[in-house]
Amino acid sequence: MILLRMLNKSIFLLTLFFAGNLFTVSANENEKQSYDGQINDPEEIQAYIQYHLKDSYDFTLFKDGKTGKYYSFPLPVILWDEGLKVFMSSKFKHGKAVAESGGNHYKIYKSKIYRTDAQGTILYDENGKVQNSRPFDMSITKSVFGTLLAGLIMFLMFTSLARGYKKGPIPTGLARALEPLVIYVRDEIARPNIGEKKYRNYMSFLLTVFFLIWILNLLGLTPLGFNVTGNIAVTACLALFTFFIVQFTANKDYWKHIFWMPGVPVPMKILLMPIEILGMFTKPFSLMLRLFANITAGNVVLMSLIALAIVLKVAFGPVMSTGLSLLLSTFIMIIKVLVAFLQAYIFTMLSALFIGLGVAEHEHH
Amino acid sequence: MYNLIGAGLIVIGGGIGLGMIGSKAMEAIARQPEAAGKIQTAMIIIGALLEGLAFGALILGK
Repeated sequence: MILLRMLNKSIFLLTLFFAGNLFTVSANENEKQSYDGQINDPEEIQAYIQYHLKDSYDFTLFKDGKTGKYYSFPLPVILWDEGLKVFMSSKFKHGKAVAESGGNHYKIYKSKIYRTDAQGTILYDENGKVQNSRPFDMSITKSVFGTLLAGLIMFLMFTSLARGYKKGPIPTGLARALEPLVIYVRDEIARPNIGEKKYRNYMSFLLTVFFLIWILNLLGLTPLGFNVTGNIAVTACLALFTFFIVQFTANKDYWKHIFWMPGVPVPMKILLMPIEILGMFTKPFSLMLRLFANITAGNVVLMSLIALAIVLKVAFGPVMSTGLSLLLSTFIMIIKVLVAFLQAYIFTMLSALFIGLGVAEHEHH
Repeated sequence: MYNLIGAGLIVIGGGIGLGMIGSKAMEAIARQPEAAGKIQTAMIIIGALLEGLAFGALILGK
């Protein structure tokens, strides 16, 4: 009954997620401009959590606090601003320097690139909003890099699985672990929800979504610290795929049930129409929020527990507080491994369910 | 302040809902252990729908 415990845990995470969000709101005003993810005293915890939830232009593994040396590697910055500008993010010197490319100057301010003058001046209007223009940004950021990495991992895994079948019906090596998962998605998710006749058309989508989310979630648990599925744009995009697939492959019955529900009196039909139309949009919306909120909540909890080492340092001493924080964060980490699978499963399952609702054949009364 | 109270109410509601789903699923599994797989799947789907609702309310209330 691990799964049941997981469900209970999500409610516990709800509270912490909300608390975490409140902190970040208040942290916004006094966030240090060139914050680099280190914490030394409790006042910095909110900035620290927010820093680690954000995407970044370079790949910082850690920073040596004594020498100030970064252990990181840069990623390419690709901007469209009066022509294509491509340079490595090492030019920004971790947000401290102004980068120059093709006569234009750019500066990172609060994790976003702005166009500035040679001194890197950020102009504000009377409401404290930044006046500088933002170039069209297609950079390979950390999240983009993580997604590409997940794609590469999937490509290697599944081509090796496909190649294995040429040799014989029994897979070997890694493929032996993958085959049951693929069959699980087919027999437990696609078949019962979409139906025997049509499930084949949707298998490629369901398998891609399942493995992409799962691998991205697991990548987020490595010390590389990707936060891809905790980014609402990514989950929104995944949910949009489900939305469009449902709308474009749905049959006549689906649309009939939305606009003119059969089997109920006429006033009821009119009443049900707006509700059903709203339901069309709330389904992918909840898909988007669920994945985003679960992963973000997990990250906030994990980082709050790591920050306990700093909070309790004065009361318990450095060894005790670090030990406590290590113990608690290990437990949360184990739970997060399960959440990584569960969220991939739920996303795929609900996608299959919504597709199944769209293609279901109803008996006509 | 009010959104904190709202968050509390959401968590109370979600907790009651999850508790009911969990308890009924447990009863069902105890009554029919051979249907445990199906019951678990249905339970997770309802739990996930509830979770989406609660998260939606939390984010909109922020």
